[in-house]
Amino acid sequence: MKVSYNWLKEYFDLDVDPKVLAEKIERTAVEVDEVTRAADGLKKIIVGYTLDVQPHPDSDHLNICQVDVGEDEPIQIVCGAPNVAKGQYVIVAMHGARIKDNVKIKRSKMRGQQSNGMICALQEIGFEEKVVPKDYVNGIYVFPEDSHVKPGEPVYEYLGMDDNVIDTSVTPNRGDLFSMDGNAYEIGAIYNKKPVIHHRKLETIDETTDIKDLLDIKIDAPDDVQAYQMGIVKNVKIMPSPFWLQVRLMTAGIRPINNVVDVTNYVMLKYGQPLHAFDYDKLNTKEIRVGYSAQGTKFVTLDGEKRELRSQDLMIKDGDKNIAMAGVMGGLATEITDETKTIVIESAIFDSIKIRKTARHHVLHSEASMRFERGINPATVTDALNEALQLTAQFGEGKAVKNHLSPVDPNPQSVEVTLDLTRINHVLGTALNVDEVTNVLHRLQFNVQVSDEVFKVTVPARRWDIHIPADILEEIARIYGYDNLPSTLPTGPTTIGRLTTSQQAIRGIRELLQGSGLNQAMSYGLTTVQKAKMFMMQESEETKLDFPMSQDHAVLRMNLISGLLDDVAYNVARKVANVALYEQGRVFYRTAGVDRPSEVEHLAGAITGSMISKSWYGKEVPVDFYQLKGIVSLLLHDMNFEKSVSYVANQDRPEMHPGRTADIYLGDQVIGFIGQVHPQLEKEFKIPETYVFELNLQAILDAPKKIQHYEPISKYPAITRDVALVIDKEVSNTEIEATLREKSNHHLEQIQLFDVYSGKHIPENKKSVAYTLTYRDKHNTLTEDEVNKEFEQAIAALKAAFEIEIR
Amino acid sequence: MGLHEQLEELKKKSLHEISRTDGLKGLDAIRVNVLGKKGPLTEILRGMRDIPKTERPKVGELSNRVRDNITAAIEEKRAELEKAVIAKKLENEKIDVTLPGKPVLQGQPHVIQQIIDNIEDLFLGMGYQVVQGPEVETDKYNFEMLNLPKDHPARDMQDTFYITDEILMRSQTSPVQARTMEKHDFSKGPLKMISPGVVYRRDTDDATHSHQFHQVEGLVIDKHITMGDLKGTLETLAKELFGDRFEVRLRPSYFPFTEPSVEADVTCFNCMGKGCSVCKQTGWIEVLGAGMVHPNVLRMAGVDPEVYGGYAFGLGPDRFAMLRYGVDDIRNFYQNDVRFLSQFSKKG
Repeated sequence: MKVSYNWLKEYFDLDVDPKVLAEKIERTAVEVDEVTRAADGLKKIIVGYTLDVQPHPDSDHLNICQVDVGEDEPIQIVCGAPNVAKGQYVIVAMHGARIKDNVKIKRSKMRGQQSNGMICALQEIGFEEKVVPKDYVNGIYVFPEDSHVKPGEPVYEYLGMDDNVIDTSVTPNRGDLFSMDGNAYEIGAIYNKKPVIHHRKLETIDETTDIKDLLDIKIDAPDDVQAYQMGIVKNVKIMPSPFWLQVRLMTAGIRPINNVVDVTNYVMLKYGQPLHAFDYDKLNTKEIRVGYSAQGTKFVTLDGEKRELRSQDLMIKDGDKNIAMAGVMGGLATEITDETKTIVIESAIFDSIKIRKTARHHVLHSEASMRFERGINPATVTDALNEALQLTAQFGEGKAVKNHLSPVDPNPQSVEVTLDLTRINHVLGTALNVDEVTNVLHRLQFNVQVSDEVFKVTVPARRWDIHIPADILEEIARIYGYDNLPSTLPTGPTTIGRLTTSQQAIRGIRELLQGSGLNQAMSYGLTTVQKAKMFMMQESEETKLDFPMSQDHAVLRMNLISGLLDDVAYNVARKVANVALYEQGRVFYRTAGVDRPSEVEHLAGAITGSMISKSWYGKEVPVDFYQLKGIVSLLLHDMNFEKSVSYVANQDRPEMHPGRTADIYLGDQVIGFIGQVHPQLEKEFKIPETYVFELNLQAILDAPKKIQHYEPISKYPAITRDVALVIDKEVSNTEIEATLREKSNHHLEQIQLFDVYSGKHIPENKKSVAYTLTYRDKHNTLTEDEVNKEFEQAIAALKAAFEIEIR
Repeated sequence: MGLHEQLEELKKKSLHEISRTDGLKGLDAIRVNVLGKKGPLTEILRGMRDIPKTERPKVGELSNRVRDNITAAIEEKRAELEKAVIAKKLENEKIDVTLPGKPVLQGQPHVIQQIIDNIEDLFLGMGYQVVQGPEVETDKYNFEMLNLPKDHPARDMQDTFYITDEILMRSQTSPVQARTMEKHDFSKGPLKMISPGVVYRRDTDDATHSHQFHQVEGLVIDKHITMGDLKGTLETLAKELFGDRFEVRLRPSYFPFTEPSVEADVTCFNCMGKGCSVCKQTGWIEVLGAGMVHPNVLRMAGVDPEVYGGYAFGLGPDRFAMLRYGVDDIRNFYQNDVRFLSQFSKKG
């Protein structure tokens, strides 16, 4: 809320720098967005009086004005505004003036005529267009007679521009701070000053007419109306409201319209009570009803928009005809116009949830709805109505009729909350005494009874956010000051802080992947339908958002790779050719018929370009399957699984290169896959050759691990034998190694592949492979004969299994 | 010439040759020539039988001495030559030590991960556990259990992605609070936890908004927890994350799940409190929300608010990273540009 410092000063002596006040408000009550003073930065802008206005001889729209600016001689100003005329009090920016955006005004010649300044529109000196009275939006501003301005005097004070406006950001619980009264109570509590709350009484009454003879009200939705009152003012003349009131509204960011509407807005600012004024003569039935209308009914609001109502939108009706969206916005049909004579003013409290829903649905967040959503002070519904009726009568030269209609009386209830001193100090960590606490509560104007360090606090209805002891604790804490709280750490029983085994393992895995050259990526969990279901590791339904904001983020991912490929594409598009990324995060699998997906931790990686760059000692080595497999193998080896890990070629993953993809098995369970992205998909993602893996991290964490124990290091020497052979290309390394091992006993410690070759000198469909076999007996020295025998058996097994040629 | 003279002559000649030799091969040749079986020393000794028996020991002694002298000279020369050879070799092996080393590729943890790890480590050290919760939540845990019944106006503060009326993408990590509190056995001691994770909001992605970001939630529940403890904890956190020069101040705020509720500001990074455009001239930057857990929240989780109480806080690592490193666009965190990711070295 835009809180005027000048207005606040009407509540008490306030002798504090507005910036300091704002800081206090921020530290004690609610956040302050900014403190502004409209006159800041402006210079030499004064009141002028147009003594004479003559058309410019060489222009069809300029006028030459002789303006009294309080000096001995009038000055000449050429003005292009369509509404400039003789005998107006206007805003003049003199030679050397600074107007909005620090623009400097200088003497000049306009089409040959001397112009010694500028006659300004309100927008030109910094007013927002939305607060400028309609008559002056497209021209210069003209001071009304009751402004009592004097030529030559600065305009700032007249227009409220010397005021400091503290713009607060009111939290949902502090609806009371959407009123000047509420702010006065709050600031009074901060500075220990009692505000003078002045509510105007209704005095201008025509005793001959009773409202009951003019209007009837029926509440069809009693559950949603906590208070409903109406009053009527007769014989009102619609005209601009007094200048001081217009200034007050503009300062608060509200456009002055006419005396009636301005009064309702002024009273709303003062009390926080939104009001609505209807034109009585436009009511056909003279029966006001508060209720609902049929779904789809059309209704035109004050802003001229035609809206389609929902059956849950609470409406004010004239008989069956809708005339206002309760608490949100009035209707165009019963709007106050220049011809309006009789005014019906409504003061009510509607259900905050209903109002919130209507405002949200129609995207109509008005000053009124904003307040109804946060609650209204039930203690001032009638006061606000009376002040509005009085001011309307006063400013419109009419009279209010006798009595109100009040089908639902407001029911202001004070709340009693009991709490004791021990509790207060226990929760806040303070050592306050009874007097200190009592003092704080008194500053808030709460009634307190103390006995045996127990406080019985009576909270007035204007603080409807307070119900329970914790609420009072907050009041005490903030008024006492958070800076005054001690700074301690929790004491009490010791707790052990440690990561779980899985959390530790995940950290270790991240370290390992980083140590292998992969950067950690974080991609979006929400993606497109298409990407969500790529690279799937198990059957799953997709999980869609109900109302996605864009199709790019509409479905929960069921794989991590597609996100990494987006990242690769992003990099490649920016000429970053070498990309090595991993991501650890959740994928979301859903069973048909179940709304909520299960979440599974996954781990994925993607590499493209090169991980070994060109240098002075070697060439760049492009990434390949084996580069990534090396990293994944290291990772899985490090997990120390009980079961063994194997890689089995799989041609059937649709997003993967059929000849360059392996499923990764742990025992007989598939825990992931690795390979090159299908070239077709690479094209779609606009990425070069890219290798990826994805692992079910949850399965890895859950899998049984070997119990680690010390393996004595053998003192006996190892003997090695090399074999090179030519074999069918189709025979895999795994098959060869398995066969070599098959006929060997435990002496065969290791098989190391050290060469793979195909091409020149090797028949087509064949490859040459070479292995070193290492033999060792852990408890004896092996003899050459023993090794030779074992080696020959292994080779024999190979010969028996495959067609091979030993080289 | 007698044997004596011959020996002296041989010694003199040999030593001369040895001193003149400049290669190991030459030195070996001398050794073979002089001391070998066909060499002059053997030859001279063969003449021993021609001299009187009494003279023999004397000549024998002399010849041994000559042999020793020559051998010693050879060895000395050899050492000298070998040293020269090594020196020559070392000279040839010289490299340019200013050439770049062979690179070892090292990836970095994501900058947000670094901040989360940082926070985790701090709180682990203070006896907190780290708890993860589901990213797809129920309305019950994300809102209702946190004192945000349906249609509560504060729900507007976090616009939420719904999957069905009851299932949603969590808009905060606070539901983990409720879940953990429900399960915790307070007879076994206090609950101290933090919960880092991803959260989602209906926001259009731009420089300062992201539909996905991170939060770290903290919660402590015990019999004697005060707001002073909250203040001290937040100060410890700020100093750990930003440095000792950073101060914390609390301001009143509103969250339905805490009462009193506060927001915590830390000294502005940019101006260190002097006031600048980053902190809107206040010298402070808002970094987290906190408060004393609302009795309704405790009650709903089955904890007696008359006996137990505590504090909760929530902070955004994305925002922390933006502030700490001056990152001006939150989208950087999720685009994974390698040039961005690799900027944040972990150890420095």
